[in-house]
This record gives sequence, C-alpha cells and structure tokens, in this order.
Amino acid sequence: MSEEKSWREIPMGGLTWLNSIEYKTGEWRSFRPVVDHNKCTRCMQCVIFCPDIAIKYKPDVNMIEINLDHCKGCGVCAEECPVHAITMVKEKD
Amino acid sequence: MMGMNGDTACAYAVKQCNPEVVAAYPITPQTIIVEVFSEYVANGEVTTEFIPVESEHSAMSTSIGAAAAGARAYTASASQGLALMYEMLYIASGLRLPIVMTCVNRALSAPINIHGDHSDAMGARDSGWIQLYCENSQEAYDTVIQAWRIAEHKDVLLPVMVNIDGFILSHTLENVAVLPDDAVKKFIGEKKIPVVKKPNGELTPYVLHPDYPVSMGAIDLQDYYFEHKRQQAEAMKHALRVIKEVGEEYGGLTGRRYGLIDPYMMNDAELAIVVMGSTAGTAKYVADLMRSKGVKAGVLRVRSFRPFPRDEIVKALSKVKACAVLDRSMSFGSYGGPLFVEIRSSFCYECQKPIMINYYYGLGGRDTPPHLLEDVFYDLKKIAETGKTGEEIRYLGLRDDREADNYKAELISFKDLNEGKIGGR
Ligand code: SF4
Ligand code: SF4
Repeated sequence: MSEEKSWREIPMGGLTWLNSIEYKTGEWRSFRPVVDHNKCTRCMQCVIFCPDIAIKYKPDVNMIEINLDHCKGCGVCAEECPVHAITMVKEKD
Repeated sequence: MMGMNGDTACAYAVKQCNPEVVAAYPITPQTIIVEVFSEYVANGEVTTEFIPVESEHSAMSTSIGAAAAGARAYTASASQGLALMYEMLYIASGLRLPIVMTCVNRALSAPINIHGDHSDAMGARDSGWIQLYCENSQEAYDTVIQAWRIAEHKDVLLPVMVNIDGFILSHTLENVAVLPDDAVKKFIGEKKIPVVKKPNGELTPYVLHPDYPVSMGAIDLQDYYFEHKRQQAEAMKHALRVIKEVGEEYGGLTGRRYGLIDPYMMNDAELAIVVMGSTAGTAKYVADLMRSKGVKAGVLRVRSFRPFPRDEIVKALSKVKACAVLDRSMSFGSYGGPLFVEIRSSFCYECQKPIMINYYYGLGGRDTPPHLLEDVFYDLKKIAETGKTGEEIRYLGLRDDREADNYKAELISFKDLNEGKIGGR
C-alpha cells in the first residue's frame, strides 16, 4: 500500500478497490501445478476442486488450462487428480 | 385501530414494509413474529422471500447476504438466539448493512429463563447496532417502520435493533393504531443503493452486483481497520440526528412523535426515575400518583441506547435533585448497570448534577409493580431531603437486599465425595 489515507477518504465496509479478477493471488505461489496432458483423462475433478477457480477446460484444444495469475499453489488439484497427472513444482525464487 | 400484541405489531409493520427478505428462526418470546409473518407469506400478502433458516447465526448471515445484494432484510430474535448471532452482528454493522431486527428482550441462561429482561440486547450493545427500546406495542409498530429510514439514511447506514420487552409487550394485547399500507410504503420509500468513492477516485455502488464486482469486508489489518471503526463511530453520531428527524417526520404523519429520550413530567421534576422499555409505562403511572401526593416526580425514558443521547439526558436531568437509574440487566463486577454507568459518566464534568442511585430490577421477568416504583420515589425523597446517598447500587424487588457477607460455596474433594462424606444416594 503506497500512501495511507484518512478515515474520511476510504470507502466504508472494507470495500476493496481491486476485484478478485484484478487481484492476482498467483503472486503468493511458492509451488506451481504442472499438468501432464498425456496422463490427463479430462475428468474435470481438478476444475471442480480448485478453490480459486483457476482451472478451466478448453474444449477447442480438449485440454485443461491453469490460470497462473490466480492459482495460489495450494496443491489441491494435484492431491485430487485420480491419475496423478498434476505435479507441484517449486517456483524459482 | 387493531388489537395486537407486541410481536404481532412488529410482524404487521414488517408486512406493510414488505422487505425482500425475511430470514428467521423462532425462539420464545419472539416466535409469534415469525409465525404471523409466515402466514402473511403463505397468504400471498407480501412478496417477501421468507427463509426459514436452521439457526439464528444463519438468520443473520442470510440477512447480511440479502442486504449486501441490495435487498431490504428483516429478522427477529431473542436471548440465546441473539447470543448465537453475536459474531454476525458485528459483520452486519461493520459492512454497514441497514438490516432491521426486532429483539424481543429475554433473559439469558443459565439458569434457563424465558422471561423479559435486557441481558440479551445489552450483551450486543457494542456490536455497532443502533438500539431503540420501546415502551409499548404501539411504539414497537411505529419503530419498526421508522427503523428502515434510520438504517438506510446516507449518513447512517447501520443496522437497527428494535427492542421490546419479552412477554410484557410481546404477548400482551393492546390497541395499536396502524397506518394504511400505502402510507407506510410512501414513508419508507424505495430502497436506494449507496454510492462510494474508491481511493482511485472512481465511484462504485456499494452492493453485490455482477456488473460492478467488488469485495466487501476484505482483510483490513493494522493499516485500515481502525479507520473503518472510526467511520462507524461517525455514523452513530449522525444517527443521533437522524433518529430525531425520522421520529419527527413520523409524528407529522401519525401525531405520535418520537425522539432519543421521552421525558415525562420532567420540566419541574425534583425526583426522577430513568428507565428503558415497558417499565417506563408503570413509572409514568406512579409519577402521576406521586404528583397527586404533592411530590414533584418525573420519568425519563431512554429510547435510544445506541447511539447514547448524552447531551439530551444531561439537559433533562441537570435540575433534578435525586434520580434513580433502573437497569434490567447486570454487568457483573461493574460498578452499576449499563444505563447507570453511562448516565453517571455523562455527568462527570457537569457542575450541576443530581444525586444518582442505581437499581437492578426485573431480571428474568421479575414483576415490577407500581408499589415498588413508589418505594423508589420515597427513597429518592429521603435522599433529596437528607443529602445522604446511602447505598448507591440497589436491588428492586429482590428478597433480602442486605449486603451479602457470607454467601459462598464450600468445596469438597472428589475422594471425599466418592467416600460419601456428604450424603448422596
Ligand atoms: S494449485 Fe490450488 S489454486 Fe492452483 S490450480 Fe491447483 S487447486 Fe487451483
Ligand atoms: S483431475 Fe487430473 S485427470 Fe482430471 S482433468 Fe484434472 S488433471 Fe486431468
């Protein structure tokens, strides 16, 4: 946060001025999910389980795609994938 | 004019206001509100979405969600129910959502008790809700209608809790003058959405709407939480003005004017009882009785406890010789009940102040008949004549009100207990 404002200048109720699309939760990530598309069966489990709705199925290429701007690296997708198609790889510092 | 008890009066007012959402869970003595309102829903007399939730925590959560989406939301609770809502009460006020709730005041367990006292609402007095206390069912009806205007006022935007005494008001039949439906509709007006300025200067509606995505109540740490609380304090300050304005406007419509306080025979009063809720009615009756005996008695009813009308109370009481503040809830370990403590501190820097004593009364619905309030005036008379305050904190209608010196439990070890040292089966 750059310059701190007074109570008269901020919106009430803790209203955020970046919405969840603009706010890049992916910046926190220390592990990144990497998908092995050969193993992936397109079962959609990871799409459902991702708490950040960061995984989408792309019908045009018949592949799942992870939005790394919003994936926070929790590893839930890797844990839930029934065929272990997702591995969590350490982000470089 | 309709014969209604306090609960039905609230439900009827809500029916005429026709809020988009009512989410409630029944609890004695509030149940009638939910019951009667669900009949209005079943009969198609309202267009309200009625959500029979699984707990009071959910009732408030649902109201919060609805209000955040821009709906008018109403709920009602009491006692343990209000206690279960506690966490969500702070969220409603912190998010600045103008929810209206009736709290049918009831004692808190343990021991279990379903009757009227102010312990429930007093537990939530610092939750950021406006708290108005009604004297009778007429006022309950009138206040529920006014509550929307107060809550939704652009300078306020805070939830309002309308308090009515359990059973004494909630279950007692009374004549209630009601307004025509369209007069209520016109008075409360159309719900408006607040527009707030984002720090980057852009305006945005303060509502959950897919076209204007925002997050409400997002994490707010050392840098801004304090600022948001300061905003709530300011809103409460504005509420002092708005409650009066709305009460006056309502008076213009109905002839029944409401303010922050309700002074009765206070112009020349030398002795006064300060009280909230239904007991004010009894106190006014007793003040008349005392007047007929030549005692200059008066009653100051506090209608708005949050915000606390400090200046008006000081003005009303400053010429009184002695006053008794009646508290219907205990603040254990505190030097006096919540109302007393607040009034005494209001006078801290005043040169002219009455001698003040505090009575705890009516806990768990204990009856407070006129003769007890007569005793209070006689106590005050003695204090005013002698200038001697005596015991400052007293108990009204309690058996044996002497100071306790030998009230304590004995302890026994489990070993002795198991060996039958004190009887048992
Ligand atoms: S690591 Fe977590 S946030 Fe990222 S895609 Fe997987 S489930 Fe979603
Ligand atoms: S859970 Fe595994 S197999 Fe299923 S779609 Fe996701 S990556 Fe593919």
